[in-house]
Amino acid sequence: MTYDVLIAGGGNAALCAAISAAKGGASVCIVEAAPKAWRGGNTRHTRNCRLAHDEGNGILTGPYPVEEYMEDLMRVTKGVTDEELAALTLERSKEVWDFLAENGVHFQPSLGGTLSLGRTNAFFMGGGRSMLNALYRTAEDLGVVVYYDAAVTGLEIEDGFFLAADVTHGWDGDSPKADRIEARAFVAAAGGFEANIEWLTEAWGPAAQNFLIRGTPYNTGGLLRLLMDAGVQTTGEPDQCHAVAVDGRAPKFDGGIVTRLDCVPFGVVLNADAKRFYDEGEDFWPKRYAIWGRLVAAQPDQVGHVIIDAKSFDLFMPSVFPPETANTLEELATKIGLDPEQMRQTVDTFNAACVPGAFDHTVHDECHTEGLEPPKSHWARPISEPPFYAYTLRPGITFTYMGVKVNRDARVVMENGTVSPNLFAAGEIMAGNILGQGYLAGIGMTIGSVFGRIAGTEAARHVRN
Amino acid sequence: MNREEVARQMAVCNACRYCEGLCAVFPAMELRRTFAAGDVDYLSNLCHNCGACYHDCQYAPPHEFAINVPKAMADLREDTYATYAWPAAAQHLFQRNGFVIALSLVLAVAAFIAGFVAVSDPAALFASGTEAGAFYRVMPHNMMVVIFGGAFLFAILSIAIGVTRFWRAAGPMPVTLRSLWRAAKDAGKLRYLDGGGMGCMNENEHPNDKRRLYHHLTFYGFLLCFASTSTGTLFHYVLDWQAPYPWWTPVKIFGVLGGIGLVAGPIGLMIEKRNRLQVLKSEDQGFGAAFLWILLLLGLSGLVLTAFRATPAMGLLLALHLGVVFAFFVTMPYGKFVHGIYRFAALMRHAHEQFAEHGEQVPPPKQPLPRQPAE
Repeated sequence: MTYDVLIAGGGNAALCAAISAAKGGASVCIVEAAPKAWRGGNTRHTRNCRLAHDEGNGILTGPYPVEEYMEDLMRVTKGVTDEELAALTLERSKEVWDFLAENGVHFQPSLGGTLSLGRTNAFFMGGGRSMLNALYRTAEDLGVVVYYDAAVTGLEIEDGFFLAADVTHGWDGDSPKADRIEARAFVAAAGGFEANIEWLTEAWGPAAQNFLIRGTPYNTGGLLRLLMDAGVQTTGEPDQCHAVAVDGRAPKFDGGIVTRLDCVPFGVVLNADAKRFYDEGEDFWPKRYAIWGRLVAAQPDQVGHVIIDAKSFDLFMPSVFPPETANTLEELATKIGLDPEQMRQTVDTFNAACVPGAFDHTVHDECHTEGLEPPKSHWARPISEPPFYAYTLRPGITFTYMGVKVNRDARVVMENGTVSPNLFAAGEIMAGNILGQGYLAGIGMTIGSVFGRIAGTEAARHVRN
Repeated sequence: MNREEVARQMAVCNACRYCEGLCAVFPAMELRRTFAAGDVDYLSNLCHNCGACYHDCQYAPPHEFAINVPKAMADLREDTYATYAWPAAAQHLFQRNGFVIALSLVLAVAAFIAGFVAVSDPAALFASGTEAGAFYRVMPHNMMVVIFGGAFLFAILSIAIGVTRFWRAAGPMPVTLRSLWRAAKDAGKLRYLDGGGMGCMNENEHPNDKRRLYHHLTFYGFLLCFASTSTGTLFHYVLDWQAPYPWWTPVKIFGVLGGIGLVAGPIGLMIEKRNRLQVLKSEDQGFGAAFLWILLLLGLSGLVLTAFRATPAMGLLLALHLGVVFAFFVTMPYGKFVHGIYRFAALMRHAHEQFAEHGEQVPPPKQPLPRQPAE
């Protein structure tokens, strides 16, 4: 089989690349490792992308200039980013709304409870899977050929020049059937390696065994490994990722958004020793959400327990799993496997340190602790009114950042510093170029769309020449 | 069991909310943290079964959360009609709401009328009729009024009691002119059958507007037929002008146009129902079939009667048409017909709830919605 452009992956980046390449006149084939029902990698679990824009448009509530976007990115990454590529991404994010809308994606105002994102982030009507379905429909209408259950198992790359890929597709008796697909350009858009626990263990040590993977189990980094073996330069640290604290009862893979817990600012978080370890009221939860994954990962057994009481129960988004409930702290401690005496002591110490004040969860209120280490800076109220509730937290990995180094054309950079003429990368597999650390809501999809479009356009241009 | 399943799914959806923009169900869900029996019954009737949220869902099967809101809602919705039906003894009729029963009813009534006429005035049955009063030689007008009016009034009473029970089960709420008008607009346009703007997803994830078109044909066809009957009644009593009427009268124009809608619409809906993605179909796949068939027969028998009323077949065709009308009235409270009434009530509750939550006159809630973290 021969195509102009072969694309590995089936998510946002792959589809943006496929549509752009097909519109550029190329014959395009997508190989998606997942079956159709699971297609789309982590795009299935997304709901918005962060887009720069000079004025609001009725759905986006106001302007979000590139400069402000850049400041936000610099703040979360602490400067660990390729500034040229970051500037390119943010500048071209301005085009993404129109591109997606042209290709069938509908947008809607920010979801109930996400008002803080109404200005900066474009929400997909029906969420990421709806967006994905629209892009697949458009791609199919443009003649893009899509194979599901099709994983790349080998790459033929000579001196940085892509020749062909081995793809398993279907079965030949008991063994997978391998096809050799030749193409004049190749786009790697197959995601990170977050679903590869072994690889995570190399970076994190045994703690990785206790990580929950929030997204697709198909992002095992197979293609990234093949590219590394073929002499592609990598960027980013293997232990950097978008990691949040999620409900410990979430499925090992694919738990997605609903495993999120928003109750941390309203209670105390105890580790396996029934001791506090971080300021739960440092800032609003949306701003601290993405640091708690790493915080919990650093605790014994990679576990945390949020303890709240009756007066806080209705203050946060409903959770998908009901909490453990008890009328005394000791009973609750027993239920969640903590030492009752230690938990009682930790909570009593916390309660005694709470300075009385006016509680208001919508502002940085005056309820804080005094003489307590670590402190709780806001929303600190004694945990005293039964029933008491406990939620278990685990690190939830969204996606990994280490990936292949690319240039402005989304062309892959080789170890010797040369740039491949026909090997491109987009999406999670190269997100580390822009996201060295930290996370900014919706930027993963922005990187995927911007670089997907660039990769597809450049691949088609390469084919034409 | 269907109630528990909807409550289970709503707990997952309420923690996700990605489908918020698709229809009325999800904004209504967001006003609740728990899902009691009355709540899920209400939500199930708010669902228009467009299928979009199934295809858009990251938790749809084969995901272990197995979220399939359209199916869960359809299963429960069909329960609710029986749950609130009056008299209670008639509840089991919903489970056996088959085409065969409806058809036998039609034929039985038609045979009864034909037999009745054959005994009293055999000539009338095979007389053609275009002159005024021809129909009433087959069946006297007053007898028509008593039989059909009686069946109709009983149906209205029964449905009114059922829907009142349904309304109260979801909690007390006033009926306001504003919510009534809003519900009328939403129902009239089938606003929530469009998957948030893309269209209904019936046989696969490719949206289209065919179900809405066929439903409009059916619904407005039905309304035209109703208008035809009403004008006929006015002609009869006010103008003292007896049926049948010439083609240019509103009675005929409404009737013929409505009849065409009632033939084309139900056929389209039957095809769409057959093509529907298997996983979205409710457990009782026959539910609603009888209703569509009766509507189709209603339109068809009316059109055929109009076309052949000048022939000796008129008497039998009239008997058949009257049989269908009678069967329609009798089965109205115990079949798919009530979906429109329950849906309308649900839309009215939804309008009222949303006005109360977000409306201009009502002060905003004391505390803003809990924040959902960035993703």
